[in-house]
Amino acid sequence: MTTNALRRQGSKGQAGDKIFSGAALGAGILILITLFAVAIFLLIQALPTFSANPALITGGEGFVSYIFPIVIGTVIAAGIALLIATPVGIAVALFISHYAPRKLAAGLGYVIDLLAAIPSVIYGAWGYLVLAPALVPAYQWLAENLGFIPIFAGPASQTGKTILTAGIVLAVMVLPIITSLSREIFLQTPKLHEEAALALGATRWEMINMSVLPFARPGIVSAVMLGLGRALGETMAVALVLSTGGLIPSLIKSGNQTIAAEIALNFPEAFGLRLSELIAAGLVLFVITLAVNLIARAIIARHKEFSGAN
Amino acid sequence: MSAATTNQSNTGQPDTKVPAGNNKAPQPPAPRRRNSLAKGHLPRFAIPGIAAGSLVLGAAASTLTGFSVATMAIYTAIIFVLAASITTTAVEGPRRGKNSLATYLVYGAFLLALVPLASVLFTVLEKGLPGINMHFLFNSMNGVTGAVDNASVENGTPVIGGAYHAVVGTLLITLWSTIISVPVGMLTAIYLVEYGKNGPLARAITFFVDVMTGIPSIVAGLFATALFAVLFGPTARMGIVAAVALSVLMIPTVVRSTEEMLKIVPNELREASYALGVRKWRTITKVVIPTAISGIASGVTLAIARVIGETAPILVTAGLANNINVNVFGNWMATLPTFIYYQIITPTSPTNIDPSIQRAWAAALLLIGMVMVLNLGARLIASLFAPKKGR
Repeated sequence: MTTNALRRQGSKGQAGDKIFSGAALGAGILILITLFAVAIFLLIQALPTFSANPALITGGEGFVSYIFPIVIGTVIAAGIALLIATPVGIAVALFISHYAPRKLAAGLGYVIDLLAAIPSVIYGAWGYLVLAPALVPAYQWLAENLGFIPIFAGPASQTGKTILTAGIVLAVMVLPIITSLSREIFLQTPKLHEEAALALGATRWEMINMSVLPFARPGIVSAVMLGLGRALGETMAVALVLSTGGLIPSLIKSGNQTIAAEIALNFPEAFGLRLSELIAAGLVLFVITLAVNLIARAIIARHKEFSGAN
Repeated sequence: MSAATTNQSNTGQPDTKVPAGNNKAPQPPAPRRRNSLAKGHLPRFAIPGIAAGSLVLGAAASTLTGFSVATMAIYTAIIFVLAASITTTAVEGPRRGKNSLATYLVYGAFLLALVPLASVLFTVLEKGLPGINMHFLFNSMNGVTGAVDNASVENGTPVIGGAYHAVVGTLLITLWSTIISVPVGMLTAIYLVEYGKNGPLARAITFFVDVMTGIPSIVAGLFATALFAVLFGPTARMGIVAAVALSVLMIPTVVRSTEEMLKIVPNELREASYALGVRKWRTITKVVIPTAISGIASGVTLAIARVIGETAPILVTAGLANNINVNVFGNWMATLPTFIYYQIITPTSPTNIDPSIQRAWAAALLLIGMVMVLNLGARLIASLFAPKKGR
């Protein structure tokens, strides 16, 4: 009797165990499936574009010549964003980890994280209604004085809705990513390295230059790559800020387009082949950001193995 | 001779030291405040002095090109950084000069990063507050046309039309994406921490969750559209599609935060539970999760704050509605972000855009308020309900 009761209880608990571990495993596998499903469903919906008559694609010369200018536009916008956000982001991270008074540091870090909390559409609205008009005089100055450089060729946009403005808004949006990741890595620098440098009479900057930055270099690279991933895929800021057009070298005239903004602006009215075209553009964006993120994660993973020795 | 007399008058007061001082020092002592330790150092007033000087110069330079606070700040900053680091280099040497240049640049970068934050918050408050009223909060845009906006501008009457439908849509879509992603995310984290044990599958999941964090939000939206297009036909646009899209963005955040929290639950608690003969799943649900619940709750709150402001996935999944729709399984739905976007990009009345802009900023204020409350709420949950530390 007693053994029976024990066995009954045991089997009941075992079922619960199996159900629970099965559910946990299932959820994990569901995530893997989701990621592959993203690729597969996008591919299914995009297929008509690749097999369609090239003359029917927007632009009339096939998918490659349709997607090429907006891929370049995406890269330009993301490039401007990184050019601004990388030095500023690293400096802000250094400020929080090595310059700010200890008691303030955590609070200041939270303030920078607030930048990441603001929704992208609000950045877009801010860029559209505040930043773009404010930058018009600067663009006119650039066109007058540096107009001989192709990227500042005039006449400057009268509304300020240019790819440079979009890049600046994107820079504000990727700054918190770069800052928070590099801050964490700066804080991991072995204290002994820092103290040894200071004990040898190094100034604070020499200490940072000799012990913190070399240690953090792979981490900074991956932080910048993750920021790049975000800048490439960011939609609303560009869709609102940029007055779109064909691919042009000048950064201060209206023109250029990014993949994400192209999709957002045209999707609501799209149907049939146009819909499939936009989904194909989304697939291209997915592949690009996936590659960037994979590289960044691989660098982080390798870095982890090495830094574990300390 | 005067130096010698000051020396005598200085050391004259304590009588015992007079002979020693007189015997030892025939040469005059260094002038006060410039002893050998302070040699090669800038006096204390130098840096504030340079700052004041560059403020004056910056203001002057700005007046030459048409005065504005922005150009004055830029000129002042450039002049100060250059002047201060050159002075330091001249007096204290190139190493200290470089050090002070780096210090000023780092401080400057931090101040620069605060400018957009302050500007965005100030703009949203300044332009959003006039639009917030009971009418805006509890009415939809149903029936509000360009003619209505024109009339309100011409007659100077209050702006008609509000964001109630968008608030309802935002809350419902976010609620549904939370319902989808919290169980999936938590179970995955439990698998990773309690069952996976760093096996190949667990490592693959961790890696792809990291990769998923980087999916552009618009691609997540396209995925949900493509999925429902295959299942229900190409024009399936409704709230639940948007909820699925947001879940794709939300799950990785939930997994990561839950995983971190489960990892810091002390192993002793699990072992004590096993020692009492409790089954693993009961241990997890009754011991591990309750211990970590505050961290998990704050992580979920942060994940909600992240997706509540997403615009692009809603744009391609839920369409746009002007009326109140509480059914996520049918018809188009509006959310606050798409409401803001469309009010700006396609004003209700193309000739009088001010009412639309006012509604957009009011909605932006509402949205930023929600996000900030969620963020602060997450911090509050984490600190209030944190488990008592053993030691």
